[in-house]
Amino acid sequence: MDLLLSSISQGLLWSILAIGIYVTFRILNVSDLTVEGSFPLGAAISASLIIKGVAPWLSIIIAIIGGMGAGFISGYLTTKWKIPPLLSGIITMTGLYSINLRVMGQANITLLGQQTVFRTIEGFGLSKTMAVLLVGALTVSAVILFLHLFFNTEIGLAIRATGDNNEMSQANGIRTNLTRLMGYMLSNGLNAMAGALLAQNNGYSDISMGIGTIVIGLASIIIGEVLVRNLTIAKRLLTIVAGSVIYRLLILLVLELRVDPQDLKLFSAILLTLALRLPIIQEKFASRFGRKGLPKAKEME
Amino acid sequence: MTNATLELQNINKSFEVGTVNENHVLKGIDFTVNKGDFITVIGGNGAGKSTLLNTISGSYPVDSGQILLDGQDITKEDTYKRARFISRVFQDARMGTASRLTIEENLALALKRGKKRGLGYGIKRNQRDLFQTELQQLDLNLENRLKMDVGLLSGGQRQALTLLMATIVTPKLLLLDEHTAALDPKTSEMVLNLTNKLVNEKDITTLMITHSMDQALDFGNRLIMMDNGRIVVDVSGEEKDRLTVPDLLALFKEKSGKAATEDAMLLG
Ligand SMILES: Nc1ncnc2c1ncn2[C@@H]1O[C@H](COP(=O)(O)OP(=O)(O)O)[C@@H](O)[C@H]1O
Ligand SMILES: [Mg+2]
Repeated sequence: MDLLLSSISQGLLWSILAIGIYVTFRILNVSDLTVEGSFPLGAAISASLIIKGVAPWLSIIIAIIGGMGAGFISGYLTTKWKIPPLLSGIITMTGLYSINLRVMGQANITLLGQQTVFRTIEGFGLSKTMAVLLVGALTVSAVILFLHLFFNTEIGLAIRATGDNNEMSQANGIRTNLTRLMGYMLSNGLNAMAGALLAQNNGYSDISMGIGTIVIGLASIIIGEVLVRNLTIAKRLLTIVAGSVIYRLLILLVLELRVDPQDLKLFSAILLTLALRLPIIQEKFASRFGRKGLPKAKEME
Repeated sequence: MTNATLELQNINKSFEVGTVNENHVLKGIDFTVNKGDFITVIGGNGAGKSTLLNTISGSYPVDSGQILLDGQDITKEDTYKRARFISRVFQDARMGTASRLTIEENLALALKRGKKRGLGYGIKRNQRDLFQTELQQLDLNLENRLKMDVGLLSGGQRQALTLLMATIVTPKLLLLDEHTAALDPKTSEMVLNLTNKLVNEKDITTLMITHSMDQALDFGNRLIMMDNGRIVVDVSGEEKDRLTVPDLLALFKEKSGKAATEDAMLLG
């Protein structure tokens, strides 16, 4: 039972990463790999500030700002300098590896015995798992509420339009370089926030903790999308949270089946592949049996 | 100032400069659009019609020459800046609207064309009434589907919506690039009539590329024919009214030296 609850709480924290990736991957419609650098950047900033005595919550805010800076660099490289998105993400992520080492001053920082946001809540008499559940639920709710409001503002609409249709956006006077830049910053701010929270939860920050985060995030997104199709943003984000939790539960299951933890990344990769393949197979079936396919196939008249 | 809305001065545009495929598409275009003009544009496939519109809108930078809008030099302005004054409808119905946004969200975006966007709510309550009245004139029952994703609409519905979006804030110049070519005849007629209605009601200066000579003759007060990167025919007023399709074919043959089949133009 405790393992289950712990997986769920982990899923909540990881869902912030998935939501961050969703902003670039689905809303902006670009594949941004910066996350593999901005996630550990958030962890590095938070951990190194905490051991210097900075309040844990403040370290998260500074981590978010750092992540937005990373997003700014990738965004600038693609929008202004016209470097393809995939490459600018790789450039930033590679550069961040060195920066993260500098931030931490070493390859990892342990937070054993240090104050974290979770310990603060435990201080009110909650168990560790319950504290993580509570903090996870609160932060995820706040993030979703914020994004729901933001993506319905004038600027938010403009960012969504940019990812949907660049030509149309420019034709409607949207400065698409700027909107895309904002999306990158928002996305990587969230990624860094997830990194900070997970470092505090796991009790350490490690230079290699970014590896595979893109796969984890995408898998959560796709699982959420397979669950329910065509939703408004807020509801979609909720399904991503569900996707994240399901992903953690699958990991738990795999570990319970005594799979070597070393093979987890392989498992993640296979899971993402299947999750990506599933919608395509569903569609094939749908068309074979003459049912109506996805609405996107409705370009007629 | 004259009553010129748009002035093109010696516009040149080439593609793939410096390669064996170098293609000089616009060859020194000099052209003035007067305020209130509704100009239909015809010409063979590859004549440079779309390129002309793309340089006016800013999608393609020009190699040389000047573009003046109401006397202001906009040659170097970005597309999104020109969008304050210039709106456009493309041939592909999917190009003019954002599919994953709702009808009202698309309209709200268009309503902000050329204005600063802030953190205010994207769709204000009083705007919904405006959207509904505007949508009513399309007669497509879209006014009751404000919250529907545009991706669920048919090509004709999307094109009508795009047209509404292009004119909801009256532009100084409206650019239409074969915006009915991909529609079936009935829908095409609906969208054309809507175009005519909106353009006349709001007295919008318009350039409309069409592949149909009938349309080119039926609509607008002025007609230009392009061939090989140049404007080879420019008629307006009564002179245009007197033109017939055979006249146009004869003109086409005279100016281009190509076989004057309607096919050669239809491909445009
Ligand atoms: N983006 C582009 N890149 C390279 N060549 C282009 C581009 N756009 C148009 N052209 C070329 O310019 C010429 C004129 O095209 P276009 O303006 O689309 O003609 P029209 O609209 O009159 O049919 C064609 O030879 C076309 O291949
Ligand atoms: Mg064309």
